Amino acid sequence: MSTETAAPAVPMVNVQIDGVWLQFPKGTRVIEACGQAQKFIPRYCYHPKLSSPGNCRMCMVEMGMPKMTPDRKPVLGADGKPEIAWIPRPQISCAQDVAEGMGIRTGSPMVEEARKGVLEFLLINHPLDCPICDQAGECRLQEFSVEFGQGESRFLDEKVKKPKNVELGPRITLDAERCILCTRCIRFMKEVANDDVLGIVERGSFNSIACHPDRILDNNYSLNTVDICPVGALTSNDFRFKMRVWFLKETKTIDVNCGTGANIIIGSRENTIYRITPRENNDVNGVWLPDSHRLNFKYVADERRLTKPTVKGQPVDWRTATAIAAEILKAHTAEQLWLVASGRQTNEELFLTSRLIDALEIEKQHDILPRTGEADGLLIAADRNPNTTGAKLIGLCTSKPGSRLKKLVEGVRSGAIKTVITLGEDLTKCGLTADDLKKLDAIIALDILPNQTTPHATVLLPASAWVEKRGSMINVKGRLQRLNRAVAAPGEAHDDWEILRDLIAAVSGSNGLAVIEDVFKAMAADHSEFAGLSLSKIGDLGLPVVTEKTPEPEPAAAN
Amino acid sequence: MAYVVPRPNLTWKEKIYLPSIVAGMAITFKHLKRMIKGETHVVMQYPEEKWDKSMPDHYRGAPTLVTDEHGRERCVACQLCEFICPPRAITIKPEEIPADNKFAKVEKRPKEFEIDMIRCIYCGLCEEVCPEQAIFLRKDYAITGITRAEMVHDKAKLYELGGVFTGLVNKWNPKK
Repeated sequence: MSTETAAPAVPMVNVQIDGVWLQFPKGTRVIEACGQAQKFIPRYCYHPKLSSPGNCRMCMVEMGMPKMTPDRKPVLGADGKPEIAWIPRPQISCAQDVAEGMGIRTGSPMVEEARKGVLEFLLINHPLDCPICDQAGECRLQEFSVEFGQGESRFLDEKVKKPKNVELGPRITLDAERCILCTRCIRFMKEVANDDVLGIVERGSFNSIACHPDRILDNNYSLNTVDICPVGALTSNDFRFKMRVWFLKETKTIDVNCGTGANIIIGSRENTIYRITPRENNDVNGVWLPDSHRLNFKYVADERRLTKPTVKGQPVDWRTATAIAAEILKAHTAEQLWLVASGRQTNEELFLTSRLIDALEIEKQHDILPRTGEADGLLIAADRNPNTTGAKLIGLCTSKPGSRLKKLVEGVRSGAIKTVITLGEDLTKCGLTADDLKKLDAIIALDILPNQTTPHATVLLPASAWVEKRGSMINVKGRLQRLNRAVAAPGEAHDDWEILRDLIAAVSGSNGLAVIEDVFKAMAADHSEFAGLSLSKIGDLGLPVVTEKTPEPEPAAAN
Repeated sequence: MAYVVPRPNLTWKEKIYLPSIVAGMAITFKHLKRMIKGETHVVMQYPEEKWDKSMPDHYRGAPTLVTDEHGRERCVACQLCEFICPPRAITIKPEEIPADNKFAKVEKRPKEFEIDMIRCIYCGLCEEVCPEQAIFLRKDYAITGITRAEMVHDKAKLYELGGVFTGLVNKWNPKK
């Protein structure tokens, strides 16, 4: 929180919650005020990022306003506080702002009775198929039934049958019987995704969520409806029946599919990633995540992953591979070398890359490969490299990433450049052809998967994917955020920063870097933006480090 | 923290030990007499003789999967047994039941269900936790094998051991 800008003066109001008088800023929802007072109110339809329709009736509390004398003065009790006239029926707390002198009871017999009643009605037509339901374990209906429900049903009639296993869209399946009609998904699509395709059809107990008959739910943000669905009505086709949620280890990290750097949670079990869900960070992505980013993790477990260092296609051990790479580099003059770094590298890796450039005395013969796409105006940035800002800051590229790649192509074609180092980028995407690559003396490539360049690589070093390493990145808005390791790298693949460290050591002698924290410390000494920070000080939500707005990179000139 | 165990205060009878020795010898001689008269069986000639017939109903043998009288595999792959299993002997891989299947309404079933009988401790928690009455500890106790792989019971083996179980709650059957 910045201390320079004074908070706008919001008048505070006095509210009594369960007998204790507290102050809240005017405009606070009653449900939020109770939450801040450590009195959790169960809720289904209420979501802090959406409008409040007040239709689930789960958040009912007992409410009261100060007793007034005939001349509209509050009646004061013995303790000098206003006496409260309690409203004789429960009120919903999600659609009501706090008011001066308001009284709230969150656990009175009337409230408990109301919650029991609401839950009993919600469960009347609920199929209770928890053993096959993907939501089991993170289901609000399960949780609140245990905490606030009454344990058994008095309902004797047949349950209403509704559509099950309905494909709402390519990524979403609906089970209308499980739905409690909270309308969160409808409001999300209307208010956040601006794609109003969902609605409620039929009448009474046959009420059911449905998609517009001429449309399907194929918006790129559709999977967020699965996240906010409090029950198992909406399930993700990708995660459906794959793994029970209580087995998943949750790793807090960031998304690397674009410059936004959305905060995410990776759910993995025994080295396999099963799903990615958004993590709340109101400075970056709120609580949402685009489907295209969330589902783009399968390649990490690809069986073609590089697992062993190779020299000219022959598997060797790491020591040999590093030594041969260093020999190649030392056999060339700095003018004959070119280094292609990547906007997908972490700051630590970029910093070590800059050290390697210094050790090899390369000047201006390095750049990153820019990746651009169309910004969608919500969470997807035009810059599809997650760490362009970091690359600029550490000096791996100019303010126009990719502007030097032309010179690489010219140099290779004229024969001036003999050896190219590529750190996770496909050189054929930098404008070079396969014939150009054959002309080179040597290519030293570091990558996770085979691509057009790897068959030509003299020394090929298997690296770690973004879910397998720690490090930091700076998003397009200049926010420094942290990556965490969810799964282990396959085979003999190493962390990128370790590979770079060993390469630098082989070229110019040891540098005393033992753990990634040392790298961050060395980086903080060289770049003032990181001064006083460490990987642990960045925290889960990140910190703004670059304040001036970085212009969006221009579309790549070289294919 | 140090804790002093209080010594029991023995009576003089207990201090001289003799009454206890006499009582112990009396029991020994009683058993000797029964042995000589042929009233006690000490050794059962296993495997020629087996106690299978006198096994109590609550005996906990190998865990198995069962099908019901409609031929439906009871298990819906909820993985609660995998979760509760103290030695982590159970591994389940779920799958969706194809739409053309007779039991498509159930939606989910195990694709693979493995119980590692080297790990299994026959505690019966899997049976207790099962919400579908699908896993039962039957009376098979002689689970042997000469390789580790042989000791892993896969889905086919588990259904073979479990067989058909009737009289279970059929909550998935279509209602009128």
